[in-house]
Amino acid sequence: MSDTIQQIKDAVITRQRTEIQGLVTRAIEEEIDPKSIIDQGLIAAMDVIGKQFSDSEIFVPEMLVSALTMKLGLETVKPLLKAEESEPRGTIIVGTVKGDIHDIGKNIVKMMLEGAGFEVVDLGVDLTVEKLIEQIEAIGPDILGLSALLTTAMPEMKRAVQELRAKGLEVKVMVGGAPVTDSFAEEIGADGYGADATEAVVLARQLIGV
Amino acid sequence: MLIVAERINSSRKSIARALETNDINFIQAEASSQAEAGADYIDVNAGTFINDELDRLKWAVEVVQEAVDLPLCIDSPDPAVIGAVFPLVKRSPMINSITLEPLRLEGILPLVAEHGTKVIGLCQSEDTMAETAEEKLRLASQLVERVMKAGIPLDNLYIDPLVYPLATNPQSALATIEAIGRIMEEFHGVHTICGLTNISYGLPKRKLINRTFLVTAISRGLDAVILDPTDNHLFGALKAALALISKDEYCIDYIGAFREGRLG
Repeated sequence: MSDTIQQIKDAVITRQRTEIQGLVTRAIEEEIDPKSIIDQGLIAAMDVIGKQFSDSEIFVPEMLVSALTMKLGLETVKPLLKAEESEPRGTIIVGTVKGDIHDIGKNIVKMMLEGAGFEVVDLGVDLTVEKLIEQIEAIGPDILGLSALLTTAMPEMKRAVQELRAKGLEVKVMVGGAPVTDSFAEEIGADGYGADATEAVVLARQLIGV
Repeated sequence: MLIVAERINSSRKSIARALETNDINFIQAEASSQAEAGADYIDVNAGTFINDELDRLKWAVEVVQEAVDLPLCIDSPDPAVIGAVFPLVKRSPMINSITLEPLRLEGILPLVAEHGTKVIGLCQSEDTMAETAEEKLRLASQLVERVMKAGIPLDNLYIDPLVYPLATNPQSALATIEAIGRIMEEFHGVHTICGLTNISYGLPKRKLINRTFLVTAISRGLDAVILDPTDNHLFGALKAALALISKDEYCIDYIGAFREGRLG
């Protein structure tokens, strides 16, 4: 790995928001392949951050600032990508189900999925099954990510998955949130469960096969 | 300063277990210790029981009332649950809570009006989680309007401007504190209330953030709070803040709390 890519990776990990765009510009001037800047620099850094967060080595705001740093870097390099390279790794719709407006967990997952190179469409909170179906039909995502904080919203999660399956929509469903468990995910017929944002990224990669 | 004691909440594992196993002693000990620690109202919540929230809540209400002479804060988003618990309550309760969602307003306000109870109004509507001070104030003004229209005196309304984690929104504490100040200035006679635990989500030493937030909120006029009164560091910060803003003349309460070993 080139020195500059290593520095880009370090800058994201250590949250150097004011440095990152200069470093990415330097890498571009050194004629480093934009795809490598993203994959080996920016995304690789977010994988490290995700692991640090899972291991409780860093706190939520630190993860947020790393993600912001990553995004700034991405903005600089993205215009240089060839058309086929700028294709996202996959499209993921995220939201909270009807009856639950708690979106902090969902927002963190969204950030980490974006950091991993996925295209994420955030439908927001308190989503009816009808709205979910409508958007899945319109957008055609690879994955639907549903989040709930309230136990009272869990039956709605179950209903959403049932209706999607009944409609025959070919979308993978991953679920998460404080009261949600692996066995609940299995019971309602979801394709996977992520205990935190890092697991969500790993799961999304598995489900899409990237 | 009105204190609503928050410990009897089924989102806490020990409470959920006690509610499941009908552990009278455990729930009554929680009620008594909070009463002794200076609670004005004992909050009772069984919200995590999806199918039998009402039965668990009824049981808890009866059990808590056997143990303490304090009024209760009936904590449920479901108007039907609140209505069904009402006949069991011995002392005029506080209702926790209404929002601007029509079902909750229409289901709960008539009960509040008829029985002359206190009610907590959250700055939240069907489509808005108010994050800025302006949005909070706008929803507060709608709450005030609806409550007055229902014939409820403003003295019985406790507006909760809500607080979101500082970890994900650097402006969240400021927005809530600013909203408290403006609500207390603009709607004479109304009260403001707030929970403290949300603010510190995702941060280390959460209790330090919680109690420092309480102090800043009190300095802007917060006059009721949902907290754990048995936490002496928190209770001490509360007493110190009240003394500092001259709501405890000659610091008599503060000194009293010191003698009782309550300042942390």
